[in-house]
Amino acid sequence: MAKITFITKDNETITVEGDSGNVMQLAVNNSIEGIDGDCGGVCSCATCHVFVAEKDFEKVGEAGEIEADMLELEDNVSEFSRLCCQIQVSNAIDGIELTVAKED
Amino acid sequence: MSCPFAHARAEKGFGDMNDQDDPVKILLRLKDVRKTAKNWKTFQSGGEEVGRIVVPSEVHIRDTRQIPFEVDPPEHTDYRNLVEPWFKRPNEAAYQAKLKEIVNVVLDDIVTKEATEVVSEFSLVIQSRALTVLLNTPFEESKTWIGWGTHVFRSEDTHLDADKANILYDYIDKEIDRVIENPTDDLYSKLVNSEINGKKLTKEEVKGVMILTFAGGRDTVINAITNAIAYFAEHPEALARIKENPEMINTAIEELIRYYAPLTHMGRVVTQDTQICEQDIKAQSRVSLCWASANRDEKTFENPEEVVLDRKMNPHVSFGFGTHNCLGATHARALLRVILGELVQKVKSIDILNHEDNIEDLDEFKRKVGFNTLTVKFNKI
Repeated sequence: MAKITFITKDNETITVEGDSGNVMQLAVNNSIEGIDGDCGGVCSCATCHVFVAEKDFEKVGEAGEIEADMLELEDNVSEFSRLCCQIQVSNAIDGIELTVAKED
Repeated sequence: MSCPFAHARAEKGFGDMNDQDDPVKILLRLKDVRKTAKNWKTFQSGGEEVGRIVVPSEVHIRDTRQIPFEVDPPEHTDYRNLVEPWFKRPNEAAYQAKLKEIVNVVLDDIVTKEATEVVSEFSLVIQSRALTVLLNTPFEESKTWIGWGTHVFRSEDTHLDADKANILYDYIDKEIDRVIENPTDDLYSKLVNSEINGKKLTKEEVKGVMILTFAGGRDTVINAITNAIAYFAEHPEALARIKENPEMINTAIEELIRYYAPLTHMGRVVTQDTQICEQDIKAQSRVSLCWASANRDEKTFENPEEVVLDRKMNPHVSFGFGTHNCLGATHARALLRVILGELVQKVKSIDILNHEDNIEDLDEFKRKVGFNTLTVKFNKI
């Protein structure tokens, strides 16, 4: 079981728990504002962009090439950006903090 | 269907098309397409000449600006934020339940028939009835829309048909007048009663959103449904596989949308001299973003010419990319997922009896975008 904390655009902090699937699906299931996951997790829509807290980035790791190509063109990309459909929920990411990156 | 763009995409990265003496440079590579789609300042959708970003150009048949489609930021952002929540309703369970009912009524009927013409008796019917859910208008309206035939702007004999477009415009005008008198819970009423920066939307603005909603989601959805049916006719084992593994529905739909790209390309007007693929591109000229080619780019996709129904990484651009990505994508995805989910429960196999392909002529390229007609027999489980 992993606990994951989301910080939304309105600075709301929501902690949810999961043990399988990907982080986008977990966020959608818990109605996290700003994570839409339109494409269902195939890395096509970029509606699940998050900033991983610096302290947690090692746990989550770098984006793969296809994901990095998507992120590169996001207006508000940072070195801690990830598309959270590409992060698997597991004990390894227990306790991480993700800030929703949704643009206006 | 092999990719007509493959050679040009690898060799030079673009193609040339002369559309009504207003040439278009067609961009073929995924990275160029994405980068150009993101750069709305240099490659604009707004601009003075309404209808010019569409290929074939609609400059001569349309004056109403489609919104938010033909507006760029910062105005675009206000319009988009206004309509976005309405167009995200397809994510709601109740909305999907309505789509399911619509699809089941049609499926239960066609499995009893000896022959079904998919474009007019299946895809158009489902598309029109599903649109009543998106607009939140009475189901009966779909009869009128089905009566318009498969193309809102195009008829069989001429590519751009102003008379046909007028049928739609007059219809929308009447609908807007109706809700000004008697507002309901439909999209027209929502728009008529909306404000941006304290200013009510004008009738022309409401009309612009409604034309986009009707026109953008018609041929595209019909192509997507019809191509999917043709695919499953040719691959009956895939129906059984998805029935056994319903969690595959999402990746299967994304893959079919990638492979068949229901909209081949969309244009932009260039605002300043620039370069793409080592070509000088002049201000005021047109480029197009070829979603259909970008989706087959071997630099990103493994086995791009194969339909891989459980493809995990699928960064296709069938719904566009960036600022102007498809407003109706949530509806289209929800509808296609429902159709596939119900199809595999009720249909064992599909026999193709007759077909006539719809081939788009882009000068340098000929692309099959769908079917003019596709007659099949749906075999019940």
